[in-house]
Amino acid sequence: MDSAAISPVRLESVRYQIGEALILDDVTLDAAAGQTLALLGRSGSGKTSLLRLINRLQSPSAGEVWVEDRRTLDWDPIRLRRRIGYVIQEVGLFPHWSVERNVGVVPRLEGRPEEAVRRRVRELLELVGLEPDAVAARRPRELSGGQRQRVGVARALAADPPILLLDEPFGALDPITRRDLQQELLRLQGALRKTIVLVTHDVREALLLADRIALLEQGRVVWRGTPAEFEAAPEERVRRFRESAA
Amino acid sequence: MNPQPLGEFLALHAPELLRRTGEHLWLTLLAIGIAAAIGIPLGVAVTRRPRLERWALGFANVVQTIPSLALFGFLIPIPLIGGIGARSAVIALTLYALLPILRNAYEGVRGVDPSVRESALAMGMTDWQLLRLVELPLAAPLILAGLRVATVTCVGVTTIAALIGAGGLGTFIFTGLQTVNARLILLGAVPSALLALAADFGLGWAERRIAR
Repeated sequence: MDSAAISPVRLESVRYQIGEALILDDVTLDAAAGQTLALLGRSGSGKTSLLRLINRLQSPSAGEVWVEDRRTLDWDPIRLRRRIGYVIQEVGLFPHWSVERNVGVVPRLEGRPEEAVRRRVRELLELVGLEPDAVAARRPRELSGGQRQRVGVARALAADPPILLLDEPFGALDPITRRDLQQELLRLQGALRKTIVLVTHDVREALLLADRIALLEQGRVVWRGTPAEFEAAPEERVRRFRESAA
Repeated sequence: MNPQPLGEFLALHAPELLRRTGEHLWLTLLAIGIAAAIGIPLGVAVTRRPRLERWALGFANVVQTIPSLALFGFLIPIPLIGGIGARSAVIALTLYALLPILRNAYEGVRGVDPSVRESALAMGMTDWQLLRLVELPLAAPLILAGLRVATVTCVGVTTIAALIGAGGLGTFIFTGLQTVNARLILLGAVPSALLALAADFGLGWAERRIAR
């Protein structure tokens, strides 16, 4: 395979089922290097499962998921996950640790020197728009929802992973904070050029942040294209989704 | 009925009181130690293998329903582990302390916010790291609460151990009952209650410190 051109994340004819329930059916999809792919769909369309197949929190029932040059099943799952940043709606910060320790967790698991981790954490907090001296020593419960989500993004970026998975990262925030953080992510992505797979049900978020959009319905990819194509697409199902945002 | 002055009574029994308190503490600590060494790892293991849940918790539940007096009695005729003396007593006390410790360890680990567990795994923690760095620290207050309930109960139940010849403060109580001597009963009961209170206070303090 031509290694220069391959996408960092690829799904080939992936089926995923839990017992009898078919969650994903014959999904073929790829995320290009340095670009943002948005998975758009209603709840229950299988988009979160798709994300969890990429960092092997789940394994495909059939088909193959490729990350970089290897199938996920051939990766050591621990190594794989440390190369992939992961941000979820509930953030999932460790409540018993300070912000500093939360952000530094992966570099510390990787055994990086303490001094370097400390510097990296400060750098990241600044990067996501937080004042290190003000927040580093605080516990997650002492932060606002928006601050928590920023810390979640900083934590995902800590080991400088080439791939980021974002699952409704701003879904629990109020509209104003959400818009702030979307702009912030756009700015970050302009500088960092990660390969991002973003799960969202918010059309405007997908249009704003994505380079490519894939529309999921009942476990199948029913449409894909650029945001511009999405806005112009005549297909009934795309139109319906567009209108839901209006 | 008790012509002997109280001071004289206490002075007379002081050496034995000291010895019995020592025995009592030793029986309790040994039983709680063993129950913790079994119950905490087992409680954690059950969170990893849900199929164990019914068996482990069921067993501990059933043991808990046996009246403590009967549990001591059952052990007497059993060869090797049973018989008369401290060994049987420690086994009965351990079985009895198992449920609160096991259940709280299980509930404590299982009660960790799923999104926290999910992020830990997604960040590439091994199961052991997840347990050591995240789940156990978050479960610690509940685990300690289980130890506390088990210890306080155990101090009381240990008085029954005297019945099968294991010593402890219960010795005074049973002697007092047989000789209709209220002072002797109190000589066993009061220190036992004080020990239970001290254990409750000490472990409660540790619990609050950990929960912060």
